[in-house]
Amino acid sequence: MEQLKEGKSIINVRDLNLFYGEKQALFGVDLAIHEKEVTALIGPSGCGKSTFLRTLNRMNDLIDGVKITGDIVINHEDIYKTNDVIKLRTKVGMVFQKPNLFPMSIYDNVAYGPRMQGIKNKKELNNIVEESLRSAAIWDEVKDRLKTSALGLSGGQQQRVCIARAIAMKPDIILMDEPTSALDPISTLKIEELITNMKEDYTIVIVTHNMQQAARVSDKTAFFLNGEIVEYDDTDNIFSTPQDQRTEDYVTGRFG
Amino acid sequence: MGIRVNFENNLGELKSKITEMGELSVVALERAFKALKTQDVEIALKVIEGDTAIDNLEMDINQFAIWLMAKEAPVSRDLREIIGVLKISSEIERVADFAVNIAKATIKIGNTKSLLEITHLEKMKELSIDMLQKALQSFLEENIIFAKEVGDLEDEVDQLSGETYKKLTAYLSEHPEETNQLVQLLFVNRYLERTADHITNIAESTAYLIKGQIYDFNS
Repeated sequence: MEQLKEGKSIINVRDLNLFYGEKQALFGVDLAIHEKEVTALIGPSGCGKSTFLRTLNRMNDLIDGVKITGDIVINHEDIYKTNDVIKLRTKVGMVFQKPNLFPMSIYDNVAYGPRMQGIKNKKELNNIVEESLRSAAIWDEVKDRLKTSALGLSGGQQQRVCIARAIAMKPDIILMDEPTSALDPISTLKIEELITNMKEDYTIVIVTHNMQQAARVSDKTAFFLNGEIVEYDDTDNIFSTPQDQRTEDYVTGRFG
Repeated sequence: MGIRVNFENNLGELKSKITEMGELSVVALERAFKALKTQDVEIALKVIEGDTAIDNLEMDINQFAIWLMAKEAPVSRDLREIIGVLKISSEIERVADFAVNIAKATIKIGNTKSLLEITHLEKMKELSIDMLQKALQSFLEENIIFAKEVGDLEDEVDQLSGETYKKLTAYLSEHPEETNQLVQLLFVNRYLERTADHITNIAESTAYLIKGQIYDFNS
């Protein structure tokens, strides 16, 4: 497997193994994720890609019986050796498959994180909310209804507000777990456009079942199979001349 | 397995259309040359007529390939194969056009009592057909060895073409009364040399399909 240089990387994973109780789900994963790039994780259901994604901000800590060995170093810090998980999740934000906004106004959803961090100044909060919604390419659509319920928005709009909510925490990294699988095609394209623009400021790791999406939005692609990385390379290579026959078979839809 | 059976069938169909186009072009080249050699204008006219079928096949292949790309979003080897089909069909179409050009040259020469000896041209034609068959076989069987052989044969054609040019131009200065025939034969020499170039391009496209990297057999 091509390891790709660690030099430019913001996330370095070395020999990561993960067990759900007795069952091992990840086997010796090595991966260097580059800063301000989009990295796509692809692979058939149950291959471990979402499990891997969730290790990057310790979301698996919430599941009983999960055991992890190996190192995940983000910004020179081993994230499994720190006790400050809140700080980790501030720096490593997450967007899920289905929009999961709180039943409150659009404004309050985006301001939720900053308020929890103790920001009370109204002007400062206003700025953060506007800036975050603008970054998520949803400002123009919601600026006149900030105080209305976020749950009244369409699915695609809700997902962009979720992205705004993640951005409001000023993270370095945003993890996305199939962020468009519940959306219609146009909303999907809007999110993809947004992801491409966001990499100027953020490092993005995205799990997707949509291979065309991986090909469109990502710079690097890692192909997972049975809890291992089969191939990790520039996305161009993965979709034009993959080195491993299993990758070839998967991206051309011959199995999966 | 058994996923994407329809797509695989469609790819197979594209390949068989390429084979058909290739076979028709071989026939066109053979006939055009036979017309030249025997000064048979009737055969030459048949070659010209027959080109429509080859042009139509190329259009069919193009439309089918474009539709497959739109509907199947092919990647990796599948994508290379469809791109290869598009490029190869246009090269075969060019080869068939050269057969038409040779047929037209035959008509322009018309009936002459003293047709020059055309052994070199005939050899070039045979080499070209050999090349075309190898290139197509290479494509159908995805065999890089045949593709490389095409490149070697092209060198032979180039060599013969250079020699033919010298011979014909030398003869021209001595026999200005044969200018019409000689000019047409110089054209045929050029057509065959270009035919070999286009066939070499087919081999290059095939090599790209097989290996995923760009080859240059023309150098």
